[in-house]
Amino acid sequence: MNTPLLHLEGLTKAYPGVIANDGVSLTIASGEIHALLGENGAGKSTLVKMIYGLVKPDAGEMQMHGEAFAPVDPRAARGAGVGMVFQHFSLFDALSVAENIALGMETPPPMRALADQIRAVSETYGLPLSPDRVVGDLSAGERQRVEIIRCLLQEPSLLIMDEPTSVLTPQEVDILFETLRKLSAEGTSILYISHKLEEIRALCDAATILRGGKVVGHAVPRERSARDMAEMMVGSSLATPKARAHDVGNVKLAVEGLSIASPSAFGMPLRDVSFEVHTGEVLGIGGVAGNGQDELLSVLSGELPCAVGMVTCDGRDLARDGPDARRILGVLAAPEERLGHAAAPNMSLTENAMLTGAAREGLASRGLLNWTKTRAFAERIIAEFDVRTPGPENAARSLSGGNLQKFVIGREVLQRPEVLVVNQPTWGVDAAAAASIRQALLDLAAGGAALVVISQDLDELMEISDRFAALNEGRLSAPVPTAGLDVEQIGLMLGGAHGMEVAHV
Amino acid sequence: MDLSAINPILLIAAMIAAATPILLAAIGELVVERAGVLNLGVEGMMITGAVCGFIIAVNTGSPALGFIAAAVGGAVLSLLFAFLTQVALANQVASGLALTLFGLGLSALMGQSYVGIKPPRTEATPLGALADIPVIGPIVFGHDLLVYLGLAIVAGTWATLTFTRAGLVLRAVGENHDAAHALGYKVKRIRTAAIMFGGACAGLGGAYISLVRVPQWTEGMTAGVGWIALALVVFASWKPWRVLLGAYLFGGITQLQLNLQGAGVAIPVEYLAMSPYIVTIIVLVILSADKSRAPGSLGRTFHASS
Repeated sequence: MNTPLLHLEGLTKAYPGVIANDGVSLTIASGEIHALLGENGAGKSTLVKMIYGLVKPDAGEMQMHGEAFAPVDPRAARGAGVGMVFQHFSLFDALSVAENIALGMETPPPMRALADQIRAVSETYGLPLSPDRVVGDLSAGERQRVEIIRCLLQEPSLLIMDEPTSVLTPQEVDILFETLRKLSAEGTSILYISHKLEEIRALCDAATILRGGKVVGHAVPRERSARDMAEMMVGSSLATPKARAHDVGNVKLAVEGLSIASPSAFGMPLRDVSFEVHTGEVLGIGGVAGNGQDELLSVLSGELPCAVGMVTCDGRDLARDGPDARRILGVLAAPEERLGHAAAPNMSLTENAMLTGAAREGLASRGLLNWTKTRAFAERIIAEFDVRTPGPENAARSLSGGNLQKFVIGREVLQRPEVLVVNQPTWGVDAAAAASIRQALLDLAAGGAALVVISQDLDELMEISDRFAALNEGRLSAPVPTAGLDVEQIGLMLGGAHGMEVAHV
Repeated sequence: MDLSAINPILLIAAMIAAATPILLAAIGELVVERAGVLNLGVEGMMITGAVCGFIIAVNTGSPALGFIAAAVGGAVLSLLFAFLTQVALANQVASGLALTLFGLGLSALMGQSYVGIKPPRTEATPLGALADIPVIGPIVFGHDLLVYLGLAIVAGTWATLTFTRAGLVLRAVGENHDAAHALGYKVKRIRTAAIMFGGACAGLGGAYISLVRVPQWTEGMTAGVGWIALALVVFASWKPWRVLLGAYLFGGITQLQLNLQGAGVAIPVEYLAMSPYIVTIIVLVILSADKSRAPGSLGRTFHASS
């Protein structure tokens, strides 16, 4: 056998109170697409940060092409041929595409030559991108192309991709996979991190599974079922969310001819959106982020005032009710942006529980806050939704994204909503936790609540919603029953892949 | 009222000189803010530069050495701010205000025995025959070196930010420090360098007041110029040429209204005195109506989390 491209042996990294990686060993061959699997907090991010030179291992060694490899910083790693596409895009909004790419290169050519190179690479790999555009104006899929092209221009021998498909439509995912397979055929190895096991089965040659910072198994994804791999990740058998038999009742929430301008400059106005949600029903709304999802949630939560007659609950007009008044009526919402919208980053979990729970949980009376009760409420959320944190006195920002997501969803679910609107309920959450969040949502519906679930994850919507509608350019398609729809049809409902084309070379 | 007493050529030349301290301080602060740091200590660094420059110029007899000392003084004081905000991760607003108060007190202490002394004269740049050209000569070529240095710094800052890799990295750090860190740029080091550049420029601006404009030393003699420079950076949308425009506008109208007061125009003095502020703000607000905005990480504390 040839020398592997990258070989890790016994990598260990400890942070105060937690061992993030404990003796991790891993081998990636040239041209291999290698999946790295694990729950939130299993140590995947720490491991790739060590390969990319952002974090120094406490013990263990790395070899590249059979030689010792110990990057002191990302520059050294890039110099050795490692490229990384980040989960949270590491782009600069106010700068142009070409400037963003130049920042990721060691010795960028003059701007004009660079622009030509960008055009050439984007054509070769079927990733259309104009070098002069300002990144702030790009869609999520286009931003990801910027990151990928930034890596490809370095001609890396190893490309690390951290959750690359979480923001893409099915068609965009297909194009990305085409590109990755092409790269792999040219001899570039890919280390691929994802929670989406079906994708890994479709794409990857080998998988390494981490749990609690240790390697717990290797697998050939094509030969394993997604369920098998999920159980290896979690270390126990996994419960598929099951809808209890439930009856769909009367119309609970009705939206009629909702048109409203977006409050933000880069936002999308809503155009004549109408739908009804019945008690005991889950309405799934799919679509690529930036097509009016945030605006729809703001209108339903009461943050963005709309005209009389557009939103009614049980026949009662909600136009004059702000978020707090709606909470008292039982209309609750959990926005997508966890830090800064759903939760106040620097406040403790107890304080965050107070912020939305005060009215319905009776946490405040006559202007005085009942901290004992609030703390108990926060502890209940932590226990029931398996939020991994030392305690409710910790700041929201100290939690990992997935854990905070569990907390903000749990906080709304436990307030016994009659109508619950959620945007991206399982974004960045691992398989086991996502399953439990979906289960909680289904249980709510079974208990008679009306749910609106806005998500980019179509598999999720197929799994839990009774009816499905697509949001595109601020317009909502007519809701159709989910039973009998396949992902391909839905993808077409979403309005296609925004000018993407499959690589033809 | 006698408007004929105002000599337009001398007036324009004086406008340019009056704008120079603001210009120097503002262009330095612009670089600092483009790197994502809000340093409210401009006034403190200016007054410290003013006293350092004055002391050295008086003791050595050389204005040039004075200006160098002023730049060094401002930069050294700004290092204190850099230490507080970049190493100790203190709040930038509070640290900047503290720096201003500290600078005012420190300069008063240092300058105690220099009150009432005249500094050596700063000569006009010897440009020979150019200065003798009628009209253009006194306006364009009759100034001391610092006026030209200020213009050169503006041009240099603009060119560096727009065309060089160093400028791009600086903007990137100011725009999104987490992303810049993830790409491997030294956020703190770059910011510290920017802060020192801002301190040096503010120091030069202060010394221009104590060595050329006034020229003598009195406590608190910068009288709020540092705050005007700070406001100018914001109203100029963090763009170097607009800072130049704003500084000249402000300096110009200040000079003009002094002349009008001297000529006995029948407008109450209070209105004349407030006119530079109003006109500068109006013009720059109109200019900033395009979609330019503050650097994304401005004023936020950077804490490397990896």
